[in-house]
Amino acid sequence: MGKTVAEKIFDSHLVDNPSEDIHVIRLDAVFCHEITTPGAINDLIAKGKDRVFDSTKIKAVIDHVTPAKDSKTAMQGKILRQWALRHNIYDFFDIGSNGVCHAIFPEKGFVRPGYTVIMGDSHTCTHGAFGAFAAGVGTTDLEVGILKGVCAFHYPETIKLNITGNMPEGVYSKDVILSIIGRLGVNGATNRVIEFAGPVVDKMSMEARMTCCNMAIEAGATCGICCPDMTTVEYLWEFIKGEYATKKEAFEEFNKFSPDPDAVYEDVIEHDISRLEPLVTFGYKPDQVKPVKEMEGIKVDQVYIGSCTNGRIEDLRVAAQVLKGEKISDCVRGILSPATPKVFSRAMEEGILKIFMDAGFCVTNPTCGACLGMSNGVLAEGEVCASTTNRNFNGRMGKGGMVHLMSPATAAATAIAGHITNSSFYRGN
Amino acid sequence: MKNFGGKVLFLDRSDINTDEIIPAKYLTEISKGALKPYLLEDLELDGFHIELIKGKNVIVTRTNFGCGSSREHAPWALETNNINLVIAESFARIFMQNMFNCGMMAVELPAVIIDRVFKQFSGKDTFLETDLQKNMFIIKADGLTEEISFNISDFDQSLVDAGGWVEYADSRY
Repeated sequence: MGKTVAEKIFDSHLVDNPSEDIHVIRLDAVFCHEITTPGAINDLIAKGKDRVFDSTKIKAVIDHVTPAKDSKTAMQGKILRQWALRHNIYDFFDIGSNGVCHAIFPEKGFVRPGYTVIMGDSHTCTHGAFGAFAAGVGTTDLEVGILKGVCAFHYPETIKLNITGNMPEGVYSKDVILSIIGRLGVNGATNRVIEFAGPVVDKMSMEARMTCCNMAIEAGATCGICCPDMTTVEYLWEFIKGEYATKKEAFEEFNKFSPDPDAVYEDVIEHDISRLEPLVTFGYKPDQVKPVKEMEGIKVDQVYIGSCTNGRIEDLRVAAQVLKGEKISDCVRGILSPATPKVFSRAMEEGILKIFMDAGFCVTNPTCGACLGMSNGVLAEGEVCASTTNRNFNGRMGKGGMVHLMSPATAAATAIAGHITNSSFYRGN
Repeated sequence: MKNFGGKVLFLDRSDINTDEIIPAKYLTEISKGALKPYLLEDLELDGFHIELIKGKNVIVTRTNFGCGSSREHAPWALETNNINLVIAESFARIFMQNMFNCGMMAVELPAVIIDRVFKQFSGKDTFLETDLQKNMFIIKADGLTEEISFNISDFDQSLVDAGGWVEYADSRY
């Protein structure tokens, strides 16, 4: 019987079956940030087990609140920093080199097809874009990952999403994933892996695939996975060229993790996007989505472009195309947070930052900050934010605030208008 | 082993997310105890106010409880309020794993049973006992008693017995 991507990865990483459906798997990478890791570090110290299973497989970043905003966040950074130093964790990213975890780790080439990755962060599913099994976990799973390099999961059942049709102009991967979450519901993929496949995914860049996989968790999925292909090889080539003679050879190696033709799926869903329009969320759940035209005219106080979902260079380029030569509404506070220093400097080289600043945006350093209401753009009660982030939960960006999730293009158009719109760039149905 | 019984808090809503259970602004706290006053602070539910949490030890709720963020601060905020057991029609994966990893319990019951428990007990002063030998909940209110059997996986049971995943994993791997 054929296997899915996730099944192949699980079978090649099996350590133990403590009970029939539970697989303890070996981890290729354990990612850490300053919000969920200090609890694990302190617990390991308290238990007399302040060790790491392999300092080369642990990567750490201070990203959620950086620079620190108060004594408590400063202490979280300090705990992570001292731990990284103590255990010779070479790949540790602090002020000056730090960025949003799910943007910076792929950018450094830390994720490869067939890898198993955990992090104390639910959007770890992003890294499945590389054909890896990557799952968000809690602090205790992270702690065991740090100490032992293993994690326990139910053997994964997979839903295959075959995405077909031609992407209409002005529609982006964010709209595709919002349409999928709207269709599946917020628990439509709970305890399952989503394999994103089909001609639309084949044509997507790695960044677009990361946007899709990033929000798999919003449908409850353990991981979103895209099959490795030449796009994956091209993205990773600068990091792997010493290991393979040719790109073809790398592809053949990675292709071992592609699904078998007779792989068994829990469900196969055909998802045609030919008539998809730009989407936006309403309410407090990410499956509450509507076409922008049905939300047209809703006033916003803030527009936020950034995050692990849509803070990469392609996202900034798209937004800049809309913003070029325009001014954002006087009623709107525009905030751009490029997701990593590399994104930041490329945006600077390409003149993108100037476009944003000329339009009236504030450009902040790379950080998660406002996405989860921790810093750099928290909403006041009753305020509305058009955001390229991933969650519109009640209070997410600040108590009593409302968040509407959308693509960078729609967010940019909304900033100019002062209300939800896409009329300045979308010429669709 | 923790205490898995006591007074019941009914939360009649699906998709209660971890941002509602403990808002992100409190994730800068490093001690579990500091989370105590903020449990369910942003819960969107008619008639709910955080005073209702006082003295409760068990939560009964609907589908997809604990969706969203992976923050283990959600179970910790429950634990520090002496709530070690959540019963729901279904849970988000990471939240459910976090509960057992902490030696706490997240138990799924079929929709019809959850529905019946809500109809019979919600709004009443309800007390729940857990018999871990028989895998049975005994629910009592106003002279009414209902016994409900439940299943948890062997693996989850062994985490509860061991006191959590760190203890379990450290002795085996």
